[in-house]
Amino acid sequence: MSNWQRFVETFFNAKVMAKYLPDIAYGMLVTVELAALVIVSGLVAGLALALLRSLGFRPLNLLIVFVVDLFRALPPLVIIVFIYFGLPAVELSPSGFVSTWLSLALVLMAFSEEIFWAGITSIAKGQWEAARSTGLSYGQTLMSVVLPQALRLTIPPLTNRTIAITKGTALGTVVAVSEILGMASSAVSNSYNPSPLTLGAGAYLILFFPMVVFGRWLETRMRWKR
Amino acid sequence: MRLIVEARGIHKHFGALHVLKGVDLVVHERELVFVIGPSGSGKSTLLRCLNRLEAPSAGSVIVDGVDLLDPRTDLNRARQRIGMVFQSFNLYPHMTALGNVTLALRKVAGKSRAEADELGRAALARVGLADRAGHTPGELSGGQQQRVAIARAIALEPRVMLFDEPTSALDPELVGSVLGVMRDLRESGMAMVVVSHEMGFARNAADRVVFMDQGSIVEEGPPAAIFERPVQERTRAFIGQIQRH
Repeated sequence: MSNWQRFVETFFNAKVMAKYLPDIAYGMLVTVELAALVIVSGLVAGLALALLRSLGFRPLNLLIVFVVDLFRALPPLVIIVFIYFGLPAVELSPSGFVSTWLSLALVLMAFSEEIFWAGITSIAKGQWEAARSTGLSYGQTLMSVVLPQALRLTIPPLTNRTIAITKGTALGTVVAVSEILGMASSAVSNSYNPSPLTLGAGAYLILFFPMVVFGRWLETRMRWKR
Repeated sequence: MRLIVEARGIHKHFGALHVLKGVDLVVHERELVFVIGPSGSGKSTLLRCLNRLEAPSAGSVIVDGVDLLDPRTDLNRARQRIGMVFQSFNLYPHMTALGNVTLALRKVAGKSRAEADELGRAALARVGLADRAGHTPGELSGGQQQRVAIARAIALEPRVMLFDEPTSALDPELVGSVLGVMRDLRESGMAMVVVSHEMGFARNAADRVVFMDQGSIVEEGPPAAIFERPVQERTRAFIGQIQRH
């Protein structure tokens, strides 16, 4: 057997791939669910924290900054393990899926809060003053004038962060979540052949490549002439 | 004549800085008051106290019978009656000219979109920009942007308009169009307070010129008196300086 044949046999073994394709497809489904939950809840929570922070209530802001810094500092894997193996001690037993979702959502919340906040503070004071001088309330100014401009500015860093954190769904494999990587590695152990990992990599590409392209499209669309 | 703006004994401190030192300013119906003075004299701060963008440290501000410093006053409602135009236009860049003009009409005055659009178009027509309603600020010249900002304020039918150096950020050839709109507004009987360095405009459009220096009003009177026969030494020095250019 030539080296090339051995290489193909190891990483692109058609028989193994065909056998485990349904497993990987199932893993993809779980990954999509997990990713969608993380993105929606993480971004909503991050935006909510940024809006709360803009009220300028000092004790609350100190708390928000502390929570945000905590979840920006901790590695997501540590948070997952902490929730999954730690919470049962207080009579809570979240599943691997829930642990992974919570951890990644908290991390995305923390990073997106900082990005939303940076966007809000980057809007010139004159925009606030102009809106307030016409009688708009604080909340109306925030929602109609400041946030629409801030969100456009945040899209490039936000898409990057979202993609980076969402890929962390693969970490769920350590707490037995049957997402793509989890399915692929058990297939590797069962078949003594790494081809399922190739399938898994392909599955990640199929999921995340469109996300990257979508992010790029959003960035160009949201740019506006000054 | 009815008083529209009545500011009494206004003090403003920024930390250790005493920016306004007991300023009185009244504006009557249909009156154009022009405020001049060297930079740092407190004229912009005074203007911003008149709609409470800046809260005075002491004193009272009554606009159209409403006490702006009374905590029970609905400030957002009161501000509808006080139009303000800024040096840097401050248009909303993500909205069209019409969107800029109609936002407060819809959100504050409670007009329907159709009503607001109609009033907004009328306001844009008054500043000569009926044909620019669909343009965003980025597609407009500085002069046009400032006229949209004026339309945004007058659409709410204010009782007084405050202008904070409205032409200072404009290229010289665009100044005329903005001053033209201000002159039309003055002729329609709008009470106005204008902080500006456009002395030519002050001479032929102002009813009263107020000269401020170091946080106080030094001298006030009709433009001819202030420009030709200033009484105070500081006024004379300032007028002399600006006329040398």
